[in-house]
Amino acid sequence: MFDWDAVWKFIVSPFFLQAAWTTLWLSVVAQLAGVVLGLFLALMRMSRFKWLSFPVQVYVWFFRGSPLLVQVLLLWDGLPKLVPGLLFSQITCILIAFSLNEAAYMSEIIRAGISSVDPGQMEAARALGMRYWLAMRRIILPQAARVIIPPLGNEFNNMLKTTSIASVIGLEELTGTAEILGAPTFSIFELLIVATVYYLLLTTLWDYFQRWIERRLDPEYAAKGGRPGRRPGQKSWAQRVLGFGNPPLESGELIAGGHGGAR
Amino acid sequence: MTQQQSYNGYQEQEPPLPSAVPQATENAEMVRVEQAVKRFGDLLVLNNVSMTVKRGQVVVIIGPSGSGKTTLLRCINHLEKIDSGYIYVDGQLVGYRLVNGRLVEAREAEIAKMRAQIGFVFQRFNLFAHMTALENIIEAPVHVLGIPRDEAIAQAMELLRKVGLEEKAHVYPHKLSGGQQQRVAIARALAMRPKLMLFDEATSALDPELVGEVLKVMRQLAEEGMTMVVVTHEMGFARDVADHVIFMDHGVIVEEGPPEQIFDTPQNERTRNFLGLIAAD
Repeated sequence: MFDWDAVWKFIVSPFFLQAAWTTLWLSVVAQLAGVVLGLFLALMRMSRFKWLSFPVQVYVWFFRGSPLLVQVLLLWDGLPKLVPGLLFSQITCILIAFSLNEAAYMSEIIRAGISSVDPGQMEAARALGMRYWLAMRRIILPQAARVIIPPLGNEFNNMLKTTSIASVIGLEELTGTAEILGAPTFSIFELLIVATVYYLLLTTLWDYFQRWIERRLDPEYAAKGGRPGRRPGQKSWAQRVLGFGNPPLESGELIAGGHGGAR
Repeated sequence: MTQQQSYNGYQEQEPPLPSAVPQATENAEMVRVEQAVKRFGDLLVLNNVSMTVKRGQVVVIIGPSGSGKTTLLRCINHLEKIDSGYIYVDGQLVGYRLVNGRLVEAREAEIAKMRAQIGFVFQRFNLFAHMTALENIIEAPVHVLGIPRDEAIAQAMELLRKVGLEEKAHVYPHKLSGGQQQRVAIARALAMRPKLMLFDEATSALDPELVGEVLKVMRQLAEEGMTMVVVTHEMGFARDVADHVIFMDHGVIVEEGPPEQIFDTPQNERTRNFLGLIAAD
């Protein structure tokens, strides 16, 4: 018999609120780490030096070519055998595995974003005496962001759901909580429904948030139907995401203090 | 030009040229290229090219496509590396330094510092697409030279006035015509107070009716005494503005001299052919 009471009881219980919070912050931290690490991997991958780019190729090959679940288990079960005494907590283990895995995907996304920027932009920056990192930060990445941010949103949506894998090593995020609380009372089905509701809630909220960002980022482009040419909408994306822009556009509020330059 | 002093400090920090370097340039020489060789794979793009540009001189390089003229220009600020030879700008070796008598590639910071003093104008403008005209111009002065932002803005507005685009200060590149973009690009280069300006076919990507406005700015610069190396197909400009014309073909300098000589009494068969073809257009 399906027990509706169990659903109602647990859906507002502190257990699941706590679990939803765990899922959320796990996702945010792993995603952020994935973006930062992915940026460095992307830059290494694009290096003309083989000794920098090749290890990244192997890295991406491994992390994209094997299941995340296996990577988690390798770290959780395998590593202590390999290095006796090295035992991560569940959270640490999950964060490491998820960040490393996400970095592989993000590195490809960021690489695509950087590649989409006209090489002439880098040349112009270098010709003005800008050094590599300055040119990256001020010229290339703000323009690459236009291409990077939509798939980044998808990655985070994925991340929210993929954290369910953490339940296999007993972490009490949403799925784990459903299993742990459901087992003694044989109400796993009901509690998985509760977990699903929370997942849907989180992904739906993120979806709205993502759309809000996109509307916020691109009003001019939407209003004018884009501009002809190779890179439509380029200006508003890059400029607004990273806070560039001239005063009438009211930019810079969204990403606070992203850089030291424009107002 | 009231802010000249704040930038001089930047230039005076140049280390002295090592005495062992062969034939260091005299002070009157802004650019000296010695036996530059550049290959792209099997293709010999620069075959033992030597040239000099004196301070305040306007040197125009002409020649057919693939003659190596753009490559030569790009080598002068190390956007391309030469395979052998020497290039000096203002007495300083470009892109390399001498360590125990051997040439070693310069550190990134040294190359960047050198480039900051050389203005480069691209065929495709290459304005920063996510920045307004004004932001384009102040970007490097603020972030490379460390000039205070309001000072940089004042200077940028002055430069925009100079190229006739003051009212476009807050406009993004994609809303500007090609000619306007190129004038902003020139202003952006000038904002670094360069001692040398390199123009790489600055008008080739422009609609014919927009060429004039860019050439006018370049002409004005030349009159103000800026040292310029100009790669162009605009023979009228070359004849009027150049102090010295270099004709290149197949990676070598075929003929060079004052514009009257090159255009009116070219000595070399290839020069005559090339100029004949241009005139026939």
